[in-house]
Amino acid sequence: MRNVVETTPEGNMVLNVGPQHPSTHGVLHLFITVNGETILNLDPNIGYIHRSIEKMCESLSYRQFIYSTSRMDYLSAHMNNHGCALTVEKGLQVEVPVRAEVIRVIISELTRLASHQLWWGSLAMDLGALSPFFYAFREREMITDIMEETCGARLTMNYIVPGGVMADIHPDFQRKVKEFIVQFKSKIGEYHELVTNNVIFQNRTKGIGILSKEDAISYGCTGPTARGSGLSCDMRKIYPYSAYKNIQFNEILETEGDSFARYMVRMREMEESVNIIEQLIDNIPEGEFLAKTKAVLKLPKGEFYTRLETARGELGVYIVSEGGTTPYRIKFRSPGFSNLSALNHMIKGHKIGDLVSVMGTLDLVIPDIDR
Amino acid sequence: MFSIENILNSFHKWLGSMLNQTNVMLIEMALIAFFAITLFAILGLVLVYLERKVSAFIQIRKGPNRVGPFGIFQTTADTLKLIVKESFMPDKVDKFLYQLAPFIVMITAMLLLAPIPFARGVQIWNINIGVFYVTAVSSLSVIGILMAGWASSNKYSLLGAMRSGAQIVSYELSAGMAILSIIVLTGSLNLQDIIASQENGWWIFKGHIPALVAFVIYIIAVTAETNRAPFDLAEAESELTGGFHTEYAGMRFALFFLAEYINIFIVCAIGATLFFGGWMPFHIGNWQAFNHVMDFIPSSIWFFGKTFFLILLIMWFRWTFPRLRVDQLLNLEWKYLLPISMLNLLVMTLIAIKGWHF
Repeated sequence: MRNVVETTPEGNMVLNVGPQHPSTHGVLHLFITVNGETILNLDPNIGYIHRSIEKMCESLSYRQFIYSTSRMDYLSAHMNNHGCALTVEKGLQVEVPVRAEVIRVIISELTRLASHQLWWGSLAMDLGALSPFFYAFREREMITDIMEETCGARLTMNYIVPGGVMADIHPDFQRKVKEFIVQFKSKIGEYHELVTNNVIFQNRTKGIGILSKEDAISYGCTGPTARGSGLSCDMRKIYPYSAYKNIQFNEILETEGDSFARYMVRMREMEESVNIIEQLIDNIPEGEFLAKTKAVLKLPKGEFYTRLETARGELGVYIVSEGGTTPYRIKFRSPGFSNLSALNHMIKGHKIGDLVSVMGTLDLVIPDIDR
Repeated sequence: MFSIENILNSFHKWLGSMLNQTNVMLIEMALIAFFAITLFAILGLVLVYLERKVSAFIQIRKGPNRVGPFGIFQTTADTLKLIVKESFMPDKVDKFLYQLAPFIVMITAMLLLAPIPFARGVQIWNINIGVFYVTAVSSLSVIGILMAGWASSNKYSLLGAMRSGAQIVSYELSAGMAILSIIVLTGSLNLQDIIASQENGWWIFKGHIPALVAFVIYIIAVTAETNRAPFDLAEAESELTGGFHTEYAGMRFALFFLAEYINIFIVCAIGATLFFGGWMPFHIGNWQAFNHVMDFIPSSIWFFGKTFFLILLIMWFRWTFPRLRVDQLLNLEWKYLLPISMLNLLVMTLIAIKGWHF
């Protein structure tokens, strides 16, 4: 912990944003140096929700440790599980059934949609428009219901396991997903009408928090944050995994690098996710949903790494195995941590009001940063 | 015909027949004070309930629906809770200013109730500079807000108070300009005269486009003056957690909260009086029959109907728009609203001189 200071030696005020603050969406603590309303420097202080998940995983077996990863980036719980499952499968050399791969992708894209909808609502709320949150949750609720039927939970969901998925899809799954798609497509115009085309919203986001392509690379930004700067980094395209190999979809890129570009990337990604789901939902192949694996998994001695695209960016799962039943060392490369590191660069010289809009478009999930 | 004016006049005569002039005045002052406080409380409760229902309607929710039918006693329950709650005072605050601030804001709001004509012949104080009084007194509330922000010894409060100071002082100008454009037409600052001048049509219809422009500017400016979204930078809960009232709790906080709603009522009442004829029924030129039918609706219903229409408009803004940034807020005022309202005032003056209005 740092000492709490009231002012800098130059006489500028130091403002503590967080750890309890309405727009940090979690226990993020930012020291911001301000001159009046203008931010001169920003210093994130993390660790308030550090649960040492990586260390805990070292004492859990390869079947067990996946469940703790749902608590990292809780809004892309399925994608975290997917990353871990892919790494373990890589080590075990298990062939995942095609049905499971397709289900995994549909579930992942639904999670991405749910995550982006929550982000859309909370971004609007950060900017002072309180109603969009409820509109976003109206559609998100349908996904949450689908998840509840499929895997039994609404937030800390676990469904993807090494070798496939935990259980077969619910008989209503396809019908409900199609209902959601119809509902979503009829409402996306409302989203744009209410927020995107609002002149106050555009003034608050256009030209604010500019991150150039070079800076995005040097800060290690990934996901929509980097794609808003024109950096092609969609792991689904670059290193296609699961069923992403066989489907047609576009990588969403915007080139301005400001808050509005990042906003548009996520908005267009939602439509792209619907497109992916539409391609797969009627073509779920018949067959097994879980490959036959041994009761106790043992990874061969070695190092295994997988990268995949979560709702926030690139998630890397790195497992070092000594040949035992538990990982020797495990490390997650979480997207939020790198994206947060670029915040100081993006916010310098802007007003306090812009802090929430830029932070909102980074789509930070604090348990993902701290783990 | 039933009218509050007649009841009040006969009550005045009845008192006068029993007591001498001084005692009548004292009793009437006490009654008016009681009326003002009651109105303050009732308006606060009604407006808070209305806001919660309006926001619920916009946000596809149900809103308060547990306490009493349709949740109408929800705000009463909330007020009781706030009254019995400990008014926590943090360390290091400037105790005197900290305690004084909510009262200044509330007293300002109460003073503003004086010249408002609630119905035909119902007005607490028929002052000949009514509009001027309102604009002058309403600017006092910024002192209370600045005081609260400064005395709280909290950086968020200070930022909120400073924002609020800059905002209210700026937006008073264009609100004043918009009010002036109607004064130019009526030639009187007295609110009763202004209403009387709208006997055969409201100014928003009679004053051509400049009156419409003045109305739009007035609504924007008073939304900013009362610190309402999209101009709620002084509170800005997602940026400054609570702005100037971050450190206030219990009834002290509730006084700020109530004063905000009373201020909305007052600016909307003034807006309704200036642009929509106050308690004056809707009249069209010399359509005698139509005008006569309209006269049957009591004047208090006309007044409250128009006022609540404007209040709903301002509430609708709040639940739809995102918040402006502080520099954008000041740009909007100094670069757009003020020049436009100045020009508008000139055009209006020309219209008034040439007699082009209806």
